Amino acid sequence: MTDVLIILVSLPLAGALLCLLLPRAATVVALITAVITALASGSLLYAVSTQGTLLYELGGWTAGLGIALRADGLSALLLVMVALVILATSFYASAYFSKSAARAHFWPLWLLLWTALNALLLSGDLFNLYVTLELLGLSAVALASLGGKIAAVQAALRYLLVGLLGSMLFLAGVSLIYAGYGSLDLAVLSRTVEPEPIAWLALSLMTAGLLLKTALFPLHFWLPPAHASAPAPVSAALSALVVKAAFYLVLRLWMDVFADVVTPAAADLLAALGATAVLWGSWRALRAQRLKVLAAYSTVAQLGYLFLFFPLLQALPPGPALDAATGGLIMLALSHGFAKAGLFLAIGVIQQRSGNDSIAELDGTAQRLPVTTFAIALAGVALIGLPPSGAFLGKWQLIAGSFATGQWLWIVVTVIGSLLAAAYTFRILGHAFGSQLYPSRAFAVAREEWPALILTATAAVVLGLAGASVWTLLEAGA
Amino acid sequence: MNLENSLPLLVVLSSLLPGLVIFFLREGSHRLRTVLNLAGAVIKLALVVLLIWGVFHEHSYETRWTLAPGLDLVLHADTLSVLFVTLSTVLWLVTTVYAIGYLETSPHRSRFFGFFSLCVSATVGLALAGNLFTFVIFYELLTLATYPLIAHRGTPEAVRGARIYLAYTLAGGALLMVGTVWLHVIAGPTAFVEGGILNQMPIEYHPQLKAIFLLLIVGLGVKAALVPLHGWLPAAMVAPAPVSALLHAVAVVKAGAFGIVRVVYDVFGVNFVDQLGLLSLLGIAAAITIVYGSIKALSQDNLKKRLAYSTVSQVSYIALGTAILGPLGTIGGVVHLVHQGIMKITLFFTAGNYAETLGIHKVSEMNGVGRRMPGTTLAFSIAALGMIGVPPMAGFVSKWYLGLGALDAGMAWWVMPVLITSSLLNAAYFLPILHRAWFRPQGPEWPAEHIPAARFETSAALLWPPLLTAALALAAGLFAAAPYSPLEWASLIALKEYGL
Repeated sequence: MTDVLIILVSLPLAGALLCLLLPRAATVVALITAVITALASGSLLYAVSTQGTLLYELGGWTAGLGIALRADGLSALLLVMVALVILATSFYASAYFSKSAARAHFWPLWLLLWTALNALLLSGDLFNLYVTLELLGLSAVALASLGGKIAAVQAALRYLLVGLLGSMLFLAGVSLIYAGYGSLDLAVLSRTVEPEPIAWLALSLMTAGLLLKTALFPLHFWLPPAHASAPAPVSAALSALVVKAAFYLVLRLWMDVFADVVTPAAADLLAALGATAVLWGSWRALRAQRLKVLAAYSTVAQLGYLFLFFPLLQALPPGPALDAATGGLIMLALSHGFAKAGLFLAIGVIQQRSGNDSIAELDGTAQRLPVTTFAIALAGVALIGLPPSGAFLGKWQLIAGSFATGQWLWIVVTVIGSLLAAAYTFRILGHAFGSQLYPSRAFAVAREEWPALILTATAAVVLGLAGASVWTLLEAGA
Repeated sequence: MNLENSLPLLVVLSSLLPGLVIFFLREGSHRLRTVLNLAGAVIKLALVVLLIWGVFHEHSYETRWTLAPGLDLVLHADTLSVLFVTLSTVLWLVTTVYAIGYLETSPHRSRFFGFFSLCVSATVGLALAGNLFTFVIFYELLTLATYPLIAHRGTPEAVRGARIYLAYTLAGGALLMVGTVWLHVIAGPTAFVEGGILNQMPIEYHPQLKAIFLLLIVGLGVKAALVPLHGWLPAAMVAPAPVSALLHAVAVVKAGAFGIVRVVYDVFGVNFVDQLGLLSLLGIAAAITIVYGSIKALSQDNLKKRLAYSTVSQVSYIALGTAILGPLGTIGGVVHLVHQGIMKITLFFTAGNYAETLGIHKVSEMNGVGRRMPGTTLAFSIAALGMIGVPPMAGFVSKWYLGLGALDAGMAWWVMPVLITSSLLNAAYFLPILHRAWFRPQGPEWPAEHIPAARFETSAALLWPPLLTAALALAAGLFAAAPYSPLEWASLIALKEYGL
């Protein structure tokens, strides 16, 4: 069963190469690859839920020498989210790019991005993580520049520079660790790392690099232009998945490998930045004039929530309360992934139909594109954290953890952030409800409208109702 | 899956599933939509009858589904939930008929009826909620399902009204959620149990419990339109008449009032709330709301606005009954949950009829309308007299028990003046309308006559629902002592709450 680990990395890579070789058949090849890889991700999730953590040693080399892939509950859950988002977005992209010359460049890069994401989620040592992070950053930049306009290229260039700076900081931290402890294997390090200056410095460097990539306030400046000017399917992947991959690494390092090194003050600092991100991002989203800018700032805010969990995870004693909070964090991340991807796809539909994504010109969208409007509403439900979305359960745990550890400030931030999210969501919907009448037509849903609906419904309904399985999986794979 | 653990879920699904199908129907498929709507409503009614029978015979119905560790979605039928479920199911059926007639020719009917069904599903879900967590879920769902109904017409006023509604209810919902989480952290899962569960909490938790109680009541008070949290209700009356009827009588306002009853009786326990010194606070808030709403209603010329302020006032009778310690006050409050519902829905149906048939929106345009629309005006009169509390209408029964309860609890010195003032004010804003309608001569022409007088004064689907609900309002008063009457059921609830 551990073979599925290597399949998950090699399959999208093979697909990318094939797309490069057969540009005419690229769409078909990519869709087939997407379906098979998604099935493989599903089977990995099943395997982890039944057998616990999986380990695969490439070429039989043991850890420390060769490349080891490992999957626990956390990585399996994120891997499945990645697979579902990319699968749905691929179908959307096949319609989005059907008339565009960018198609030939899009598919190989798209599958390369997937390869990087899967490899990052499955890597068990710091050097491989650095390599996958670099690969991820480069493919993301290339995809972001596909918009072709001068603004898109400028934003992508800035994205590239930020990404490189982030990777360099990360690499500096990695080399310090190797100098200090003589190993890069995460499992080994989690036993040997001591709370001492070299570990603190290394962790600070790596974290700084990752925070830059995950766009935590005030390092978020590059995100809104990059995410708002990329083509819709690319924005979906950038906002939903790529920033989340860097966040996943922060979480791994802080809660797992360097758990003994981390101090409460440091966790508080991250949460304070997160709180600012929640308020600032939501406020900017509310003031946005374009849908894509709104969605991009909303990503800044939503990532902020994830960092609010850090001091809670620090303060809670091991036990049911800690497990509940951890699950809440993952739930919030998953819910945002599905919702934000769906939101960008829905915005893409509106943009392609009406020629722009100005919020003031949405009048009557609820009548012309009812399904897409409904998808935006569902995404809003998940971004606000209303039931029955997964985010509702996540925010519930965030508030519960804050009460349990007496950290009241985060509750206030969460409530204000959620109300601001409601304000920007219903600002869109208020504009979409127009009073003009359109000729009543047969209720047809266009092909490109389905992926957004499915993704947002997953965030807003399915995740919430099937929420218990997330906690079960995290325990099974721990 | 047997009946014991699936019946509450089926009650919710009986409107949810037709609603989801209706979304995908094309505008023209009028007949299929009507069939789905009515089939859902009738099936729900049948299931609820089964539920009433079962709960009366002490059967236990519970659907449970775990969402997260320690957080279960629980749908559970007890005497109080059955009362509210029955009210909303019966009135939903009537409102569906009315709405089909009302929206006959208007656009976006599939969207309307889809959300209409979601709205009722949420209401029934919160009626059947077995713990505070589940209640919060359906409470928020109700907010979401109602928004598109208020914004339905898409005019700037409609969108604005819907936005004000959301601003209030989402902020209230956030407070409710924070309070609920807090309670969860210190007391664990809070199932609704008759008599409450928190009186065993150690004394050092009492300050926290007080804060939680305030969070919950303020959160619920937004929907229950307690002054000063009522601002959304007059703004939301831009909605189509069936929506107003639903909002004021069945779903939103009632959800808030029902929640207050739940929190006071089945989470904290009324004696414990009194012990914390918070019961009188609730009573004062209710009393202020009752008088304030009535005074505001006096000066409204717009008929629906007058009715909206009347709702602000009347719904707080429920909170007032809750704040009166002792079973008689409880009976008065709980029974008013039903009585206010059937009377207020009648008033909104008739207001809709005046507007749809003759274009009448203002009280000052109603001169002589009794002769043109006798059936509608008769229904209006019965409900208005009931609201004032004239015997033998339903409203009289509520006020009678509230008064008795206040005497019993030694609270008569402030409850009685409130009841009397409010009844006088009710009379002052309803009787002039009746006078105009029946006794003033008709003006030269109606503002905009849409439906000419034919066999009936207006279309049949608009006429029968208010007549039926008016008859119910009359029957609830006349046959208050009959078995299965709202009063009998409320007495059963009160006995259980006080462990008698």
